[in-house]
Amino acid sequence: MQPSLFAAVQWTVSTLTKYIRDVLESDVRLEDIWVEGEVSNYSRPASGHVYFTLKDAGASLRCVMWRTTAVRLDLSLRDGVAVAAHGRIGVYEAGGQYQLYVDRLTPAGEGALYQEFLRLKAELEAEGLFAIERKRPIPAIPRRIGIVTSATGAALKDVLNTLRRRLPMAEAFVAPSAVQGDEAPAQIIHALNHLNAMRPRPDVILLVRGGGSIEDLWAFNDPNVVRAVAASEAPVVCGVGHETDFTLSDFAADLRAPTPTAAAELATQVSVYDLRERLRTAAAQLGDLVTGSLEQGRDELETAVKELRHYSPVRRIQSERQGMDDVSRRLRFAIGQGLALQGSEMAGWHQRLAALSPLEVLARGYAVVTRKSDGVVIRKVIQATGAIHVRVSDGGFDAKVGPGAP
Amino acid sequence: MAKSTAPKPVEELTYENALAELKEIVNALEAETASLEQAMSLFERGQALVKRCTQLLDKAELKVKRLSGADLVDFEEE
Repeated sequence: MQPSLFAAVQWTVSTLTKYIRDVLESDVRLEDIWVEGEVSNYSRPASGHVYFTLKDAGASLRCVMWRTTAVRLDLSLRDGVAVAAHGRIGVYEAGGQYQLYVDRLTPAGEGALYQEFLRLKAELEAEGLFAIERKRPIPAIPRRIGIVTSATGAALKDVLNTLRRRLPMAEAFVAPSAVQGDEAPAQIIHALNHLNAMRPRPDVILLVRGGGSIEDLWAFNDPNVVRAVAASEAPVVCGVGHETDFTLSDFAADLRAPTPTAAAELATQVSVYDLRERLRTAAAQLGDLVTGSLEQGRDELETAVKELRHYSPVRRIQSERQGMDDVSRRLRFAIGQGLALQGSEMAGWHQRLAALSPLEVLARGYAVVTRKSDGVVIRKVIQATGAIHVRVSDGGFDAKVGPGAP
Repeated sequence: MAKSTAPKPVEELTYENALAELKEIVNALEAETASLEQAMSLFERGQALVKRCTQLLDKAELKVKRLSGADLVDFEEE
């Protein structure tokens, strides 16, 4: 055989393996896959990483699960178990092996469920059931709280204890329902409708269930349950499973809570502690306001008293009294003056009167003779008839006019 | 707050109603539109409301009922 003119490219094992690795690892379809098979050659050395082979009737696939993933796994792996593994295909160059780097592992059947979950999620999302605009606020202080869950589950106990602790003034209405199994979807829907039909309607509905496998929680992915959650007239807080569990009811609810207890907490945003605090504040405010208004009232009163005093009749009386004193002093003065004046006037008149007194004349020896019959003063002889009265300086006497002697 | 009608006795008020009225009273006092006499009676009413609310909070016990058919029955906790 003739040697080829163009010698074939001489690969090293390393470069070839590297090439194969690049080919495999650049295929996006191999980056995100679910594979179902039976576990064999399971081993877990001291490193904590887990190695096994998945096989079915016709082929086998080497699998690796790093320690960090393995510790999160609550599935006891052993040979012969049927599982669904999720991960990416990669090449382990030193071993010359392609293998599945597993990041999730579920019992067989759950892989299919997860696919179903994604399919339903897309479908219900297209119906608009998960739209943010649909979300309604949860009342801060709900008075009536509906609860849909198993009547016997720990979830109900957790919820009731939380409500009792945080908002004991509330009323809780338990609408019992199966939360797993074939009956569960219909019962959950019935319970939701039942609570929504109550009058007055509950202010909020808690849809809760404790943790479980994806199959246990499946009722909460049932499309009709999800639609009922979205259609609920009362806002719904959904708390199903543990923090890492998501159900489609979570997406449709107005609020998603990681656990049942958290659902009860989120539905009582204002707890009795907050209420007491608010009450204390209001009471203090009330006291301050009234003290303030009383003080203001007192100030106003003081001003009024001052004003009142200013316009008081007492002041007027005092000032009147002063005026009166004035007047009376003036009066007294006036009277005094008048009397004095009149006194001197009187003296004058008196003197003049005295000067005119006829008694002065009588004292000089004259007499006043009057006719007794009519009191006329006799000035002429002809007037002298009958009885007469003679007035002299120290008195008087009567006399009779007789016939005239020559 | 209907001022024309006689206020409900505080004993008949629910917590929410009592608290709502208390807030109205505080607002009314803050607005300072009330006469001193009104303010005093508002204050007394406010104090009664505070007492009522406190009592309700102290006494409150979660009432749990169970829907059974068309009825509500007491819920028996295990």
